[in-house]
Amino acid sequence: MKRHVELKNHLREIFHFRLRLAVSIGFTLVLLAILLLRFVYLQGIRHNYYQTLAENNRISIVPIVPNRGLILDRNGIEMAHNYSGYTLEITPGKVGDIEATIDELATLVTITPKDRKRFKKLLAESHDLESVMIRNRLSDEEVARFAAQQYRFPGVEIKARLLRDYPYADKASHLIGYIGRINETDVDQLEENDLAANYRGSDYIGKTGLEQSYESELHGTTGIEQVEVDSAGRAVRLLSRTPPVSGNTLVLSIDAKLQEIAEQAFGNYRGALVAIDPGNGEVLAFVSKPGYDPSLFIDGIDPQSWDELNNSPDHPLNNRALRGQYPSGSTIKPFMALAGLNYNIRSPDRAISDPGYYTLPGSSHQYRDWKKGGHGMVDMFKSIVVSCDTYYYGLATELGIDNIYNFLSRFGFGKKTGIDLEGETSGLLPSQEWKMRRYGQKWYAGDTVSVGIGQGYSLVTPMQLAYATATLANNGVGFRPHLVKEIRSSRAQENRAVTVPAEADLQLNAEHLDLVKRAMVAATQPGGTAVAASLGASYHIAGKTGTAQVVGMKQGEKYDASKMDERHRDHAWFIAFAPAEQPRIALVVLVENGGHGGGTAAPIARKVMDYYLLGKIPTPLPDIAESEDTSHD
Amino acid sequence: MTKRQLWLRFIAHLDPMLLLGIALLMLTSLMILFSASDGSWLRVAAQGGNILVALVIMWIVANLPLHYLMRTALPIYILGMLLLICVALFGDISHGARRWLNIGVATIQPSELMKIGVPLMMAWYFEKHEATLTWKNYLVAAGLLLIPVGLIARQPDLGTALLISASGFYVLFLAGLSWRIIGGMVVAGLASAPVLWTMLHDYQKHRIEMLFDPSQDALGKGYHIIQGMIAVGSGGLLGKGYMAGTQTHLDFLPERTTDFIFAVYSEEFGLLGNFILLCMYVFVIARGFMITGSASTYFTRLMAGSITLTFATYAFVNMGMVSGILPVVGVPLPLISYGGTSMLTLLLGFGMLMSIETHQKLNKS
Repeated sequence: MKRHVELKNHLREIFHFRLRLAVSIGFTLVLLAILLLRFVYLQGIRHNYYQTLAENNRISIVPIVPNRGLILDRNGIEMAHNYSGYTLEITPGKVGDIEATIDELATLVTITPKDRKRFKKLLAESHDLESVMIRNRLSDEEVARFAAQQYRFPGVEIKARLLRDYPYADKASHLIGYIGRINETDVDQLEENDLAANYRGSDYIGKTGLEQSYESELHGTTGIEQVEVDSAGRAVRLLSRTPPVSGNTLVLSIDAKLQEIAEQAFGNYRGALVAIDPGNGEVLAFVSKPGYDPSLFIDGIDPQSWDELNNSPDHPLNNRALRGQYPSGSTIKPFMALAGLNYNIRSPDRAISDPGYYTLPGSSHQYRDWKKGGHGMVDMFKSIVVSCDTYYYGLATELGIDNIYNFLSRFGFGKKTGIDLEGETSGLLPSQEWKMRRYGQKWYAGDTVSVGIGQGYSLVTPMQLAYATATLANNGVGFRPHLVKEIRSSRAQENRAVTVPAEADLQLNAEHLDLVKRAMVAATQPGGTAVAASLGASYHIAGKTGTAQVVGMKQGEKYDASKMDERHRDHAWFIAFAPAEQPRIALVVLVENGGHGGGTAAPIARKVMDYYLLGKIPTPLPDIAESEDTSHD
Repeated sequence: MTKRQLWLRFIAHLDPMLLLGIALLMLTSLMILFSASDGSWLRVAAQGGNILVALVIMWIVANLPLHYLMRTALPIYILGMLLLICVALFGDISHGARRWLNIGVATIQPSELMKIGVPLMMAWYFEKHEATLTWKNYLVAAGLLLIPVGLIARQPDLGTALLISASGFYVLFLAGLSWRIIGGMVVAGLASAPVLWTMLHDYQKHRIEMLFDPSQDALGKGYHIIQGMIAVGSGGLLGKGYMAGTQTHLDFLPERTTDFIFAVYSEEFGLLGNFILLCMYVFVIARGFMITGSASTYFTRLMAGSITLTFATYAFVNMGMVSGILPVVGVPLPLISYGGTSMLTLLLGFGMLMSIETHQKLNKS
């Protein structure tokens, strides 16, 4: 009986399955019928139409590369522009002996060994039927000479191209960056972002700096030409044309003249300078010294120049302003003082006695003040003016690392400022949690002490310190620093002004701010550490010097710049804003191995402020840097 | 054993009809590939290599007894799921999607494995619960399908996700999913289309929009569609002749050895050629349905039916996409397009069909 039921079920099941199978077969037949009908439509009914498209009019779609947008400074001075120029190009597939051809060409136009090396590199990266550049920037005379002899060189031709030029060369290289040939990595990137179509025909793409960060604005939209080609692929007739749309022009907040003056003020020193308008976050000057010539990179740098740049002990390719991470040294003190006031750890008038060193309770380890013997009785005002280390060792200990971390991170320390340049680093603002994560160790009281004077674990970038200084100058209201002020489209109605909203107001107490700012002004007056900044100035400058140790020193050892290897000397910092009462410019100067901030960094800052505020072109200032050795730190 | 015995043993588990159909399509592949690659013997040889490897795999699978095949369902499915999760966590990104997993020596695309793994698992699951099938089992089976499909759709690889959905749906359908639910799903699907549209990635929307107006993006995606349709349409009734397609040989056709190889074929052999090609596919599909119809167990019926229907779907989707009635989703033309992975997956399926057919014959006799 049971068996019977099962059997019946089985048969029913088979029946049901067969039914489903029949539906499946029907479904498949419908799909095939759809295809067949489509083929009949395309190949039968519409055949003539497609036949015409394919046979008589072999339409070729030719991309038209748009002109790249310009980069202008705030006054309209061109910092990156295009010019039409001639290049000499060889199509390897059409040339027999390439070496011989180049030797022959060298009798007509100048071809340097660098050109040859670059050509070899480009050759290795290209297909046989692509033309490869051997010389760029041909002079009119060279063009004429070659044109007369062209019949001797099949496969070699002169092409007119729009070339990129950077008139400020190494003076703004870290800011403007450069474009370079699109390589395989770029292609992958473009395909990933679904942009490959817009780059058909384009040879160049932004590689660093603003050229990279604003690539999508600068590149423009590629146009399309539909042309009829004959069977050999030659264009016979233009069918339709969608014109390209030029890239947008960037108007920077940078003042090119200010940038130039800042660059020159560094002389042979290495370092960085960032100047910001504290009222809106516009970056006025952005310097990383030394720079390099960006035009070397446009068509692929030749190996020799690359080695020179890459192996130079000065690291010219390093964007110090954006990516350099240094101990802040004493420039952190005004911010520490604000923290002390903010958390009611120190009242302004409470003075401590400075014996020239600090010891943690129950320890004999001496944290030394920069001044042997100390500064005597020191209150908060004086602590900033004379840059007393002992005061801040104690203040940091009393604040504790958690308060320091919370307060300083509000000023942007330990995180990226968000400036519109790619590749920014975030510095390091240490915390208990960070140390546990990084070293698996708990935070010791001793770790806090040196954080108080900007040493120890903490690291800042010049960009960060500039942002913090601008925020302080603007009474705790910070703006995200930005370099682009306006984006101009080829259609004027699409112009966009770039303004950033104020980031959170830090809600600082006006009395606290007043005290710290007054002390910073006093620091640039006789008796302060930065007297060099203010000598003969017609406006008030608020400033603070700093020194970042490059090599550590043992207990009891004395720092003596003259006995040290130049590259082991301390880095000099100077932060400032002016006019102190109504700041229009806030800036940070870092001079690598510059010794003390008051001596080398402050005079650079002064030249920049003088030009920006007074329009004064610097004449060599009285060289106090060498004579005034008493001002430290 | 004599040579003859050996030979008989060697072919014992091959299905001659199916093999004939597959072989015809493979020969067509080699022939058209030669034209599509502008006469490159290297390409043809490479595809020959792909075919040989895939045939060996097919022979091995065809010789596996059915219970052995069933036992691989769970491990293959679990492995596939683990790999998919690995891809989601640390897969390589290429062309905006995270589909590939770098395993040191090679990169693999686990979604390919799931093309077989998902229907296999579902068929195995139904077989296991055959005696006591309730609606809950359909729900679980749907879950077995939707989880990997969701992971693949997230990569995002919408094309593969849809194709796997289709092969899983075929299993559900053949397993007897109620017509009412199927009807409900169709209605729900149509109703949720606007919502799904908003969830699509930009590039996916782009491809669908392109279908309606390819000239919008004549330099990019639309280019493929336009040139593919010109190639097919200009082929006419009899085609332009072997190696004489102007679209192909003047470099207008993109991806002409892989996803768009049908355009090459179509241009050179015309409507007549297309008809013959469809016939070849019908031959293989018909044989697949015959095997399905005579399959003796629940598992084998579901598996054979799903494999056959999936094969038909691939062919339809590819030809539909080249001739401009479906969006460009990156599905190769089965057994014809250049490429080792798809060849392997397909012949794995045909190996199963052969195993289903030949092993039950032995059991019966």
